[in-house]
Amino acid sequence: MTRAALLVLADGRFPAGGHAHSGGAEAAVKAGRITGAGDLEDFCRGRLHTAGLVAGALAAAAVLGVDPRELDAAADARTPSPALRLAARRLGRQLLRAARASWPCAELDRVAGWFPKGAHQPVVLGLAARAAGLGPSDAAYCALYESVSGPATATVRLLSLDPFDATGVLARLAPELDAVAESAVGAAGRAAARGVAALPAASGPLLEIMAEAHASWPARLFAS
Amino acid sequence: MTLAGVRADAPGPATAGVRGDAPGTALTGARADLPGGVRADARIVARADGRGGTALPVLDGSGPLAPRRTRGSGGEARVMVVGAMSGPLGGDRFTLHARVEEDARLHLGSSAATLALPGQAPGEARYDVRLDVADGAELRWLPEQLISATGSDLRVTTLAELAAGARLVLREEQVLGRAGETPGLLTSRLTLRVAGRTVLDQELSCGPGAPGGWDGPAALAGHRAVGQLLVVRPEFAERPPGARMLGECAALMPLPGPAALVTALAPDALRLRRVLDEARELLG
Amino acid sequence: MHLDHLPHGPAAVSADAHRPDGTRRALRIGLGGPVGSGKTATVAALCRELRDELSLAVVTNDIYTREDAEFLLREAVLPPERITAVETGACPHTAIRDDISANLEAVEDLEETVGPLDLILVESGGDNLTATFSKGLVDAQIFVIDVAGGDDIPRKGGPGVTTADLLVVNKTDLAPYVGSDLARMAADAKTQRAELPVVLQSLRGGSGVADVAAWVRERLAAWTA
Repeated sequence: MTRAALLVLADGRFPAGGHAHSGGAEAAVKAGRITGAGDLEDFCRGRLHTAGLVAGALAAAAVLGVDPRELDAAADARTPSPALRLAARRLGRQLLRAARASWPCAELDRVAGWFPKGAHQPVVLGLAARAAGLGPSDAAYCALYESVSGPATATVRLLSLDPFDATGVLARLAPELDAVAESAVGAAGRAAARGVAALPAASGPLLEIMAEAHASWPARLFAS
Repeated sequence: MTLAGVRADAPGPATAGVRGDAPGTALTGARADLPGGVRADARIVARADGRGGTALPVLDGSGPLAPRRTRGSGGEARVMVVGAMSGPLGGDRFTLHARVEEDARLHLGSSAATLALPGQAPGEARYDVRLDVADGAELRWLPEQLISATGSDLRVTTLAELAAGARLVLREEQVLGRAGETPGLLTSRLTLRVAGRTVLDQELSCGPGAPGGWDGPAALAGHRAVGQLLVVRPEFAERPPGARMLGECAALMPLPGPAALVTALAPDALRLRRVLDEARELLG
Repeated sequence: MHLDHLPHGPAAVSADAHRPDGTRRALRIGLGGPVGSGKTATVAALCRELRDELSLAVVTNDIYTREDAEFLLREAVLPPERITAVETGACPHTAIRDDISANLEAVEDLEETVGPLDLILVESGGDNLTATFSKGLVDAQIFVIDVAGGDDIPRKGGPGVTTADLLVVNKTDLAPYVGSDLARMAADAKTQRAELPVVLQSLRGGSGVADVAAWVRERLAAWTA
C-alpha cells in the first residue's frame, strides 16, 4: 500500500462530484439553523456522530471485504429519506467513475455492473480505498472527514462565512473524528464477522427531514 | 400521564421483593427481579379464530407490562398494556413480544405514557419490543409516549419482523423530559424487516451523555418531541406513497421496500401527536 | 479508455467516443461565457434551428438550479425529457472543468433515456472569463460574450476568448446604444485567436443563429465522418 493514495482519495479536488453537495447545510442555512461558525460546528458534530459514523463504518466494512450488495442494502435501510438515497447513489456512481480511472481493477468494474444507477457513496468509497491498497481505518477517515468538510465548504459559499473560521471548525472536530473513526472501524469488524446488522444506524432526524424539504425546492445551489 | 407516582417503591432500594407486588399475584414467569433491577416480560399471540375474528391464545405479563384484552372492533382484537408500576428504571429489563399469526388482526396500545426514570441500580434500563406479523395479518402498535426523565438512561429496541404479505402501523413518540425538565439519556433503535430483508434500521440517541450534536441543527435543534410513524403494506411495493413534507419539521418518506416512514419533530408531545395523527389519516 | 469488454454495464470512465454498447456517442458542445451574454438564448435558438434535422438534448449548469432549464422549458424549444439541469454548488466552472462527473452522468443518462442522440449542448452557468470546459466533458466549446459587456473583452483575452473553438460576439444590434466598436472587437478577437473562428451575431435580426448553427453542423459532420 501507499500512504499517499490516502491523500489522493481524501483530496477535496478528487473529481467525484462532492463539490455540488452541501451535506444538508444549504437547508439548515435557509431554515436559520446555521448562521455562523458556532452553529456550523454543532451541525458538523451532529453529522459526524450520525450519518458520518454510519458512512465510516460502511466504508471500512467494504475495505474488509463485506459483500458490497449487502452493504448497499444496509445503507438503504439506514437512509429513510429518498432524496438522500438518490444523492448517495449519484455520488457513488460519480465516485466509482473517478475510482475506476484512478485505480482500475476488476472488482470496481464488477461493482459498476452490479449498480448501473450507482451504489451508496460510502460503500464505493470503501471499495475505492481497497482498490488503492488502503486499509479500513483510512476509508473510515475519508468518509468521516467528507461528512463534515462538505457542509463546511458549502457554508463558506452560502453564508460568505470566513474560510478561516470554517477551517477552524474542522480542526476543532479532529479529536472527535478520531474517536468516531475508531468506533466505525470497530463496528465494521463486527459486521465482517457477524453480518451487516452489526453496523451502526445512528440518525439525525433533521438531516432526513430537511433533505426532503430541500429536494422539493424549485431553486437551490447544491444538489443535496 | 400520572406514572411518576404510581411506582410507590421508586425511591427505595431495588432489592428483590421490594419492587414486586405481593406474593400470590401470579406473576411467576412474567417477571423476575434482576440483581439491582426488575425484569418484566409480556407475550401476546394473536390468532385468527376461523370465524373472521381474532383470538388471543397467549396473553402473558404483569407488573410493569400487563397486557389486557379490551373491546376490539370488527375482526380486530384489541390489547392494552397496563403498567402497574412506573418505569423502566435504571437496571430494569423489559421485553414485549407480540406475534400476529396468519390473517389475524391485532391493535396493541398502552394505557399511559411510559416514563423512564433514574434507578438505584447502576446501568441503563432496557426495553426490547419484538413484533412478528405473518402473511395476511395486521398489527397496529400504537403505544403512548415514552418520556425520558432527568437522570434516566434507557435503551429501547423495536424489531418488527414481517412476512411479505403482512401489514403494520407502528407509532413511536419520544418526549425529552417532563414539562420544562432536562431529559435523560434515551437511545432508540427501530428495525423493520420484511420477508427477511431489512427495510429500515435507524437509531436515535438524545439527551445528556448522547453523542455530540444531538440537540444541534443536524438532529433535534431544540425540539423536545420526536416521533415516527411506520406503515407497511404489501401494495406499497407497487405503488409507494410519494415523498412529501408534512409541515416544516415532518416528512413522509417511502422506504426501499413496501413501507413508508413519517419522521416528525415538534416542540411538545401534543403537537407531535397532531402531526402523526394527520400522517396516519393521510396514509389511510 | 475502452471498456468494450463490459458490453452491458458500466458507464465509461472517461470521455470515450463510444458508448458501452460500442455505438458512437453524441457530439457534445459546451457553451460558456459571462453572465447575461446570451448563452441560454443562443442554446434556445440553436435548438429551434436544429431540432427538425437532429436528435438533440441540453444539459444546463446553473448557478441557481433549473433557472436556465426552466427558461428552455418555458420556451418549449425541446421536450422536457431532453433537458437536464445539473446542480453546481454555486460553482459552474468547477462542474464544467475541475470535476465533470455530474455532467458526465447527465449526458450519459440523456443518451440512455432519450437517445440515440446526435448532439448534446452543455451550457455553463454564467461565470468569469477563465471558465472553460474540460476536454473530458465536451468535444468543442463555444464562448459567448456580448457587446454590452464592454468592447475591450476580446482585447483582454483570457482562456475563454483565446482558446474556445468558436467565439460568439452576441447582441450586435445593441452596439450603437452602448457605444461598442464592433470592428475593434472583431480585430482584437482576430489578434487573440489567430485562425480560430469568430461569429458576430444578433438573435433579434439578420441571420440570427444561422452562422453558429452552420458551425455546429460542420463539427457534427467531422464527428460522424
